[in-house]
Amino acid sequence: MSGILNSSIGRKFAMALSALFLMVFLLQHFAINILSVFSPDTFNDVSHFMGTFWVIQYLLQPVLIFGVIFHFVMGFVLEYKNNKARKVSYAKTSHAANSTWMSRNMLLTGAVVLAFMVLHFIDFWIPEINTKYIVGDMSGLVDPANTESGYRYYEELVHKFHSPLRVAAYAISFILLSLHLLHGFNSAFQSVGANNKYVKGLKGFSKVYAIGVPLGFIFIALFHYFTH
Amino acid sequence: MNLTLKIWRQKSANDKGKIVDYPVSGISPDMSFLEMLDVLNQELIEKGESPVVFDHDCREGICGSCSLYINGRAHGPQTKITACQLHMRSFEDGETIYIEPWRAEAFPVIKDLMVDRTSFDRIQQAGGFISVNTSGNTQDANAIPIEKENADKAFDAATCIGCGACVASCKNSSAMLFVSAKVSQFALLPQGQVEATDRVLNMVKQMDEEGFGNCTNTGACEVECPKGISLENIARMNREYLTASLKG
Repeated sequence: MSGILNSSIGRKFAMALSALFLMVFLLQHFAINILSVFSPDTFNDVSHFMGTFWVIQYLLQPVLIFGVIFHFVMGFVLEYKNNKARKVSYAKTSHAANSTWMSRNMLLTGAVVLAFMVLHFIDFWIPEINTKYIVGDMSGLVDPANTESGYRYYEELVHKFHSPLRVAAYAISFILLSLHLLHGFNSAFQSVGANNKYVKGLKGFSKVYAIGVPLGFIFIALFHYFTH
Repeated sequence: MNLTLKIWRQKSANDKGKIVDYPVSGISPDMSFLEMLDVLNQELIEKGESPVVFDHDCREGICGSCSLYINGRAHGPQTKITACQLHMRSFEDGETIYIEPWRAEAFPVIKDLMVDRTSFDRIQQAGGFISVNTSGNTQDANAIPIEKENADKAFDAATCIGCGACVASCKNSSAMLFVSAKVSQFALLPQGQVEATDRVLNMVKQMDEEGFGNCTNTGACEVECPKGISLENIARMNREYLTASLKG
């Protein structure tokens, strides 16, 4: 078992596991965000629960942050090693004849998603951590002094989608995430060694996920932009 | 047919190398690609120039010697054939054809289009075999019943001719299709079980040491493999490797 991360297969296995974990997270994130379209109150209640329940805040959140950092760092490590394996390039290549654009550009699509996550952290995560753990306001209320003021989460979400530039950046990032997932989800099964008749069915689901979830996020952004 | 060939010329492993243009004429569409290169080489020899060095042996698509990267694809524009089985009718009259060697740090160029593929030999030597005592009373392999499905898959994996088209086609110069075929042909058979753990660990270790890249599942290797070796073998090797790693 020792040194498994030093092997090419071990690194890909770890990459796939972190990817599958992040996809589970993305699905639950989408499930909560879509509530903002149907029921702002439910969205507020669930957001408050997610933001204050200790298991999520102190156990799952650090695991998630580790997973995100690990996935990106390992992605760059693999790319570096792959580039080292062919120092002299071909004069003529026809990659489109034997592979998809998505499969050849995972670093590019991943880098755009990384840039988006920096924006996302500045927009939501850092202010949230500041409010809760530096200011010390764990109430989740619009006005902490007024218990009747209601939770602030829905208003914060809607406020962020006022800017057409932010909505456009959001949409472009999720289109690239979709392209990333169209190859990545399938690829993760292969990397963990799963390739049988059941996995072929799962691969169909992976396409639905890779297109459906990012489109859903874009829909949420557009919905709030046009309705507020 | 009249053609313009853009061929990689490199005097030795240490030479920098460059693409050189060669016009050729009077090529029959029924010639094989290697026969077309023979025509060019005959002209070069008659002119007192050095002929283009390229690997070839059986010219029947069996030995895996030919290793040409033609117009951006391993073994040229057709699928499931080697360069020796490619015919000039696959090209247009007047076409410009790029001919390059396999590109990978683990396949250094020896001269022109010939590369050193002994890294594959070293991977095989690390575990691509079964140890059978030849004492005279060895059991007949056919005496052991094997499921038809597994026998077919093992046979398919064993058809790998080790040409290296998978490495040449992969954007990462990964050798995983080759290694997985060699691992699979034994992993699927009872005779391969005794040394299964050591085999996959040692072969993957050797593959990594040779400097091949990582598999990113683009599938280019499977498309360009002249024997149609399936990506399913890579998934099997991954399973074998991860299980073997847990066993120690």
